[in-house]
Amino acid sequence: MKRPAFDWHVVVRRLPLGVALGATAFALVWVLFWAPKTNFGPAIHSPSAFLLTLLDSVTLAGLLFIVASGFSLIFGLMRVVNMAHGSFLLLGGYIAYEMQQWMTNGGGLTVFSSQVSAWEWIVPAIVAAAAIACLGLGVQQLFLRWTMGQDLRQALITIAISVIVADQIIAHFPLESTVEKGSAVNTSWPGSIDRLVNLHVAGVQYSLAKLSMLALGVGVGIALWLWLYRTKTGMIIRAGVDDRQMTSALGLNVQVTFAIAFAVGAALAALGGAVFASYAGVNPTTDGQWLLYSLVVVIVGGLGSIFGTVAGSLLFGLVYNFSVAYLPTTGNNCCGQYPIVFTFALLAFVLAFRPHGIFGRPA
Amino acid sequence: MKALAVDKSFVERAIGATALVLVALGPLIFRGYFAHTILTQTFWLGIAAASLIFLSAYGGMISLAQTALYGIAAFALGNLVGRGEVKGLHLGYSPWLSVVLAIAITTALGLVFGAVASRSTGIYFLMITLTYAVIVFYFVGQTPLLGGFSGVSGLQDYTPGIVGNPVAHPNRLYYIALVTAVGVYVAIRYVVRTPFGISLMGIRDDPVRMGSLGYNAALHRTLAFTFAAFIASLAGILFGWWNGVVAPDHVGLSATVDLLIVAVIGGLGRIEGAWLGAFTFVVINNYVRGFGFLNNHFFTSLGLDASHFATYIGVIFLLIVLVSPDGLIGLWDRLWSLARRQGGAARSAAAAAGATAPRG
Repeated sequence: MKRPAFDWHVVVRRLPLGVALGATAFALVWVLFWAPKTNFGPAIHSPSAFLLTLLDSVTLAGLLFIVASGFSLIFGLMRVVNMAHGSFLLLGGYIAYEMQQWMTNGGGLTVFSSQVSAWEWIVPAIVAAAAIACLGLGVQQLFLRWTMGQDLRQALITIAISVIVADQIIAHFPLESTVEKGSAVNTSWPGSIDRLVNLHVAGVQYSLAKLSMLALGVGVGIALWLWLYRTKTGMIIRAGVDDRQMTSALGLNVQVTFAIAFAVGAALAALGGAVFASYAGVNPTTDGQWLLYSLVVVIVGGLGSIFGTVAGSLLFGLVYNFSVAYLPTTGNNCCGQYPIVFTFALLAFVLAFRPHGIFGRPA
Repeated sequence: MKALAVDKSFVERAIGATALVLVALGPLIFRGYFAHTILTQTFWLGIAAASLIFLSAYGGMISLAQTALYGIAAFALGNLVGRGEVKGLHLGYSPWLSVVLAIAITTALGLVFGAVASRSTGIYFLMITLTYAVIVFYFVGQTPLLGGFSGVSGLQDYTPGIVGNPVAHPNRLYYIALVTAVGVYVAIRYVVRTPFGISLMGIRDDPVRMGSLGYNAALHRTLAFTFAAFIASLAGILFGWWNGVVAPDHVGLSATVDLLIVAVIGGLGRIEGAWLGAFTFVVINNYVRGFGFLNNHFFTSLGLDASHFATYIGVIFLLIVLVSPDGLIGLWDRLWSLARRQGGAARSAAAAAGATAPRG
């Protein structure tokens, strides 16, 4: 038995994996031991900075998951790429803001979080989610139900809707006549969580609000998992993802399931909008930003898979925060573009060896 | 049979030739504003839309990165030719060298973008190219070295001699844009008839079968995308001269969607649709803004006054996608076959006395 000659094809086929592993290893070594000319220096010198960056990444991933899981849910079941997802998020953020203003008599000014009770945050978020769920339901019933199966046409329809919604947001929000239309606004976290807690690890103090955001993301993930894998509706949804026609032929009402899933997906966008309004504030360019984030997360993770969305959120959160914190800061021509360039690199890496994303399957 | 029916492609050619003669005499017969603002913009916007329609019609790929690519060409041009007084790198190269370099840079980036996206199709391709578009937008906006958020200006001051200053000599830019547009149209029509174009269409229709016949689908898509990037870069150069300024907003999400709207209004199936769509879009964009009756309290309170023009564009776009997904060209095709079917019905009624009636 002679060993076959060195096979170039195997090398070429495994090249992307090798490059990806090499890049990951290099990134780890860079962050842990090297990282010259950066704000923090290598992680072994400054473990608290490393831990902070890691926490920033993971908590951002929680928010990313809330938004992107809605996008992924809609796509997974209906093959609808909802290009209006960012607009739904933005409108949800503004609705939550208006609701909080109304509950706290803010009068167009940002209220201090010390004056915001837990309910004055939760109720606006629920109202925003419910309102956008209704809007999403209307869009689905009016435009998407009868164009089922024409995925590019449906993408174009949702793009048209996003154009209209985005322009109407600028026309009407914020509602207060004292504030210029289209201004950036932000809601406030409830006072009870807007504080730092001591984690007793490397002396790190971290925002309880951001940790709550992570908890909310995990909660949404668990709820989605229980819904999809432990209830009858979830079973029908998963059956519909695998074989829509067969599910329908078994006498199950797939149309009702589609409507529910679309409403839930839209509600998750609005919930994400309510959270983001407190996390960083919303303005009329937020929709494009979050459409990008959702796209990157689901393209990297794989469309229509909860675990893919988790993986995509984590990877994107890590790349986004570490590329800011652990790259050289030289001169004033710096740093804003790093996350964007590295986001593209992440996308290119993943697509090079998994064209449908890490957990994705061919449609 | 054929005697009664007028040949459709003959009618289309006649319309096309008439339009070409009209625009060739453009500056002589139209008012300056119409020629230099509406038509010149139609030409370059149509070139950009043609690159999108080329990918969609012959490669089955709807790319949202074409705006980003023409923006890259314009940004590259601005940075290469600019001297001290404009933002950016002010490398101060000669205009022709800068044009060639800008086109080369854009085409090379198109190759990279195309290679990364080449294994994805359909809706995945759309999403990946949208990601490119947003990434380019943030990159040019957040890199002060390349112009930053206000972009680069003064492109009209550093044009090759044949173009001159587009503000002082708008007719020159008009004809250069026209000639480029015609050249792009001819080039695309030529490329799709080459063996490359034929196999590209084969891959569009059945990638698995073409793959088993030994064609490299990903390579064909990559090369098609690179060619489209080259066409888009031409649009970007013309845009840079025409507008004088290129800022991140010109490659932002709404500009990306605008180009898609242009292509969809024209029709994603045929190259001619690019300029038809561009003309329709530019005319609506320039004239509906001036509709005074929208500027009263009623429309303002609804957010429907003329400044909220994007809503109207969005509604028109939505209507076209709902009513005629193939755009105006598709509408024309359908009207034509409807008219022919009615004519055919009359003929078959006459022939019914004979044997089996032919179907219209």
